Amino acid sequence: MTYSQNKKLKQEGADSNNSASEVSTQISTKLQALYKSVEDQTIPDRFLDLLEQLDAAESNHTKGGHK
Amino acid sequence: MSTAEKELAPGFKKELLGSLPSLRAFAYSLTGAADKADDLVQDTVLKAWAKNESFQMGTNMKAWLFTILRNEFYSQMRKKGREVQDTEGTFTDSLAVHPGQDSALDMQDFKKALDQLPEDQREAIVLIGASGFSYEEAAEICDCAVGTIKSRVSRARLRLAEILDVKGASDYVMDANAASIGSRAYSR
Repeated sequence: MTYSQNKKLKQEGADSNNSASEVSTQISTKLQALYKSVEDQTIPDRFLDLLEQLDAAESNHTKGGHK
Repeated sequence: MSTAEKELAPGFKKELLGSLPSLRAFAYSLTGAADKADDLVQDTVLKAWAKNESFQMGTNMKAWLFTILRNEFYSQMRKKGREVQDTEGTFTDSLAVHPGQDSALDMQDFKKALDQLPEDQREAIVLIGASGFSYEEAAEICDCAVGTIKSRVSRARLRLAEILDVKGASDYVMDANAASIGSRAYSR
């Protein structure tokens, strides 16, 4: 590779660093937005019900232990 | 019979509840499908509740729950085989509920690209890039070295850039030449 070719490649590499980091930023932004779109959803009732049931079973168990 | 050790630490349920949104989001990224994600979260809640004694209040419950969820996911995968992974479709429904996004279509493309990643890379980039864990925490959750997480994250980013660049040249204004040089520069 000649010096000038090499220099040109380095130049292109430096230019594309910008667009590479732009892509990288876009990826981060989209990943976070996607994740957040799920996080922001209301917690489905099934989980609240489940925790209630587990809690109830727990206190029944504890009471039962004192019999 | 000692009932004391059976008792739930105060705050356990509350903290568990507080971690549910991020647990669900992590489960989506692993399973790629809304219904399967919530089944996985349900199994995780049951597991976590059953072994609540092994959790030290005051330590990182989110990381503890993520570890349980991840182990559960892989053990179910091993049992059921690859059919657990169903990337097509269902996620779109849940996205439609959020028209506030700049473009839901754009997001679907991204989701598809994410689903194409190998599991180890996908979980690494999600844990670091979205769940907000440190490299050390992610390494603990995935039971691997910190360096392994780092290299998985950068391979994931590289792969996503490639997929998205191929898919939507207009969104990612880089010509093929710049893209390949850029990738090399980025992979360092």
